[in-house]
Parts: sequence; C-alpha cells; structure tokens
Amino acid sequence: MSATVKMENLLKLSAETLAKIDEVVPKYPQKRSAALMVIHLVQDELGAVDDTACEWIAKRLELQPINIKELITFYPMLRENPWGRKHVRVCRTLPCALRGSYGTCKTFEKMLGVKEGHVREDGEYSLEFMECLADCGQGPVVIVDEKTYENIEGERATKFAELLLDGKLDGVEEFKSYEDSLNQQIPKQ
Amino acid sequence: MSEQSPKERRIILKYADDPAYSNRIDCYLRVGGYQNLKKAFAMKPEEVGEEVLKSGVRGRGGAGFPAGMKWKFLDRKSGKPIYLICNADESEPGTFKDRQIMYKDPHQLIEGMMISAYAIGASQAFIYIRAEFHEGARILNRAISEAKDKGFCGNNILGSDFSCDLVVHRGAGAYICGEETGLIESLEGKRPNPRIKPPYFPAVLGLYQCPTIVNNVETLCNVRHIIEMGGEEFSKIGKPNNTGTRIWCVSGQVMKPGYYEFECGALTLGQMIFDVCGGLRPGRSLKAVIPGGSSAKVLRADERFSGTLKDGTAFDWGLGDIPLDFDGPMSAGSMSGSGGIIVMDDTVDIVQAMANINAFYAHESCGQCTPCREGSLWMRKITQRMCSGGARKEDADLLLSVAKQIEGRTICAFGEAAAWPTQSFVTKFKDDFINKASETAENRDPKSLQLI
Repeated sequence: MSATVKMENLLKLSAETLAKIDEVVPKYPQKRSAALMVIHLVQDELGAVDDTACEWIAKRLELQPINIKELITFYPMLRENPWGRKHVRVCRTLPCALRGSYGTCKTFEKMLGVKEGHVREDGEYSLEFMECLADCGQGPVVIVDEKTYENIEGERATKFAELLLDGKLDGVEEFKSYEDSLNQQIPKQ
Repeated sequence: MSEQSPKERRIILKYADDPAYSNRIDCYLRVGGYQNLKKAFAMKPEEVGEEVLKSGVRGRGGAGFPAGMKWKFLDRKSGKPIYLICNADESEPGTFKDRQIMYKDPHQLIEGMMISAYAIGASQAFIYIRAEFHEGARILNRAISEAKDKGFCGNNILGSDFSCDLVVHRGAGAYICGEETGLIESLEGKRPNPRIKPPYFPAVLGLYQCPTIVNNVETLCNVRHIIEMGGEEFSKIGKPNNTGTRIWCVSGQVMKPGYYEFECGALTLGQMIFDVCGGLRPGRSLKAVIPGGSSAKVLRADERFSGTLKDGTAFDWGLGDIPLDFDGPMSAGSMSGSGGIIVMDDTVDIVQAMANINAFYAHESCGQCTPCREGSLWMRKITQRMCSGGARKEDADLLLSVAKQIEGRTICAFGEAAAWPTQSFVTKFKDDFINKASETAENRDPKSLQLI
C-alpha cells in the first residue's frame, strides 16, 4: 500500500481507542516501545490484528509492518484471528494440572461444544489451554474474558460451565471471581 | 485468599488480606504510607543505596542476587538517562505472590519504586506486568494517578526537584519476558529475545542501551521497609545472607495451598507442608517437591542431603529438614527460586509430571538458540510419547543426553530452566522412567491424574 493512503482510510477505529492510543504513545521515550500497548488497544477493539491493522499500527509508530507482525506472531496473547465472543482460558501448567485442570478442560470442551484452541462455529465461545496464570494456590484457574475464577474442578467445573452457558455466572457467590473479591472501595472516614 | 497461618510474620503482606483494608491510597496513608518516601527524600540518594546494601536484601524474582549490589553496578558516569523497571511478569509456574501485592496493596510497590528511583537517579520508571493481569494493570494505573495527585510520583515529588514518571507496560503472555534482558527488548517494542552477555547486567547497558535497574515486585516493596527500619535492622530479620521475609507460594497436592510470608529460615520445608499447609490428603504419602518454581530441580521425598554449609557447619537433611531460605534449597542441590513450592503426592505419575513441565518449556522457548529451541521441543515430544503408550527403556538416557546438550549452551538461563527439571526428574526417578516402558492399560495406576 502506498505511503499516501490516509490513516483513517486504512483502518476504522473508534474515537475512544484513538484517544487512548494518542495518550499512550507519548508516555514512552521512543515510539517503538509503545508497540505492545497499541497492539493491545487495537486488539481490544477489533478482536485481532490482521495485516491491515498491522500496517496501520506500523504507520502510527513510524515503523515497518513487519515490526508489528513479528510481535503478533510471537506473543501467545496476540491474535491474527479473533477468539469467540466469550473466551475461556484454562490453566494447563503443573500446579493446576495437579488439581485436575485437564479434566476441567475436557468438561468445557464437551459442554461448550468447542475443541481446545478453537472457536465454536457460531463464534459464541472459544477455549484455550494456557500456560501458568500465576494463581497456582487456587487451581485449577479459569479466566473468562478478563475475570479469574478459582478451584474450577470436577462437579464445580460442570456447574461453572452450565452457569456460563446460561449467562448467569455474574453474581453467583460460589463462583465469585478473584477480581470481584478484592476490596477496592475508598474507605469511609 | 489464603488462610493466614498464626506463625507467619507478614511485612509485605501485612495489610493485603485485612478486610478493613483496600487498594486505595486513603487506606495506605492511614497505615503510614509514603512516610518512608519522605524519610528517603531527606537522605542523599547514595545513603538510600547504602541502606539497601546493608540490608542484604536478595532479589525475590528467582536468582537471589543482592539488590544493593545490583544497584552498585549502575553506570553513573555515562551521562545517559537511568531507568528503573519493575519486573511484574510473574510467570514462573508455581508463583503467585506478586499478584497479591499488586492487586491488594499497589501503593506499597509505588512507594518502593519511587524510593528506588530516587536512590539510583532514574527519572523514568516502568512496571512490566503480564497481560493476564488485566485488572492488576487497571489497579496500578489508578494507584499511580492517586499517588500523582498527592505528589508522591511524577513531577517534583514531595515538592522537590526530583521527578520520576511511572508507566505501566503490559506484556502479552510470553514467559521469556521475565528474563531481564528479554523484558527490556520487549519494552523496546521488539521480540523478547534475551541479549547476549556480557554485559552481564543491564545496570551497564539496558533499556535503549542506557543504565537500567530491573527488580522484582517483592524486592522493590522490601526497599520501602528497609528505609523504615534502616538497613541494619532489616538485616536482623531472617538469617545472615538470607535477610528479610519471603512469601512462599505453595501449590499442588496439600490440604491448604496458598501464599505464606515467613522470616527467611524460620521454618523447614517439612513444617511448611505438614504444619502450615495442613499436610497431604488423607491416606496419601509424599512423592516429590519442587522447591522454587518449575525450573528448580525436583527433590525426592526419601532423599538425604548432606554436605557443608557456607559457614562451615556440616548438615545431613531429609527433605523435611531443608530450611526455607535462599541457601537451604541451594545446599540441597536445588534452589528457592521465586518461592514457588509445588507438592506432589504418591498418586502422581512422575513421567506425566515431567511431560507437563516439558510442554511448558517447549511452548515458552523464544527460539533464538538452537539447543534450547530444538532440545525443549524434543524433550516434550519424547515425554509425551512415553505417556501415550510408546515408552522405551532407553528414553531415560536419551532425555538426559538432550538436556545435557542444552545446559550452558544458550544465551540466557532459560536453557538451564528447561534442562534442570529433566535432569533431576530422570536422575532421581530413573525407575519410573524405565518402568514406563512396561506399562500397559491393565497395569497403569488407576489413581493417577492426567497431567499431559
């Protein structure tokens, strides 16, 4: 693509994402350093970073598209194709495996109707067996989108998947996420 | 949340699980927060560095290198900007301590970082946090803006002429970004291929080829407490050469896995497993323990460890007698690493556990050095085949030979991290690996859990 193509004709991003990108880039002493953060912002909106998005990011940071492509193809959490609308991650590594995470992953494959590493045909769910998620004391650990759920094993895994499928996971006390269990309030005087 | 053990001495996690405490600045200020920043700013930067050196605090990220010494290596004469980076990539399997600090008490880290930045003369600091910690990054960003509003971070800190900006940078799921030069490459916007050494320390040439200090989250939090107590007083916590507390993360097959903060050397591995963590499940016996994250060499339950300690005293330990500090697991031929203790009972098929670990390293090798890229892959393939009914008697020796060809032949310590588990598992449990060849569907242990 020629250098005369305008940024806005190359890729349509929301005003909010563009504002966030404009905020993050000047935080770094060198523009290239902002690459991962800009990729995250673009991926958060589009679900994946395809060749066009790569080109857009490269232009924005005054780099070559390959400088962005080589990051997308290296980092496990960067995507060339989007995951499903709900993305379920199960920790595979030893501490979680010792608490039954292989069983959890199988239960999810069966109940969500999607093979590990894939997106369900209707695009609703995707399932990923991930490496250590750093919450090993409460394994098996499951992350749905951005929330972390602990001790998801055996019967609990089945119940968890049922609630997830019914869209009723939020607010269920026994499956309160690590994030929702934190105290984030400004204390009263 | 882990149930707190009555014998713990919580310094870093003192408020983390207090129900009346939150991760907001008002709570932190109420318990004396940022008072030590004021105290440090009344000192000369060199004096702050001197206190850290005197404290003897060793890095909590895995290598256990004295933090004060690392700071000493800083090239201050180059005239280039100096950078401070907090390694919050927490990704060594079995480790989950930095998460507790950042999610529950982020201001402690920010105070520790601003004191450290002042000491080393850094006007730009970064927190490199793993991308799986979505909420963690949000919490840190909010905490930084709270601290900026009150003049504890950013421009003209505490009204002085010292300024230091703090930026939260998210990784993208790669374990190799925990290696400090890989982290720096990643922060420069490149693939995180670790850099060739020398220079051995980024303190000489780091981010943008400028002097850079990279410290772990827990280490930087300790700096705040060192200033509060004074280096001398801090060094009295724990044992000589093993000062301060450590947050041990226990996972695997114990009744009460969790994070527990103890003075270094305050308890043994046996006390940790059987007393603090409530022991094993009913009817089970101990098979093996990995004492410092999955890269550490495995310890066999019935092993004896003997030799002479650094101070000249002879020791003869069983697994349960190993003191939990930096030097204990090291004397037993392994390491305390990042403090991740992974416990395995007699239901564990040791070859499957090995295959699980090998799959991790094969997935996470950056691919830069051939011995590591190819070796980790073949170790995964061999152990996976062994667990799928294709085991052969000669596989044990084959695995050892592959591991031997990785160790010492790579740019970074990932090579050792990938090779040591195989070397220790195969050497210490050789019978399990040899007997795998005669395993059939009929004689397989029905209790054993699928690990690969």
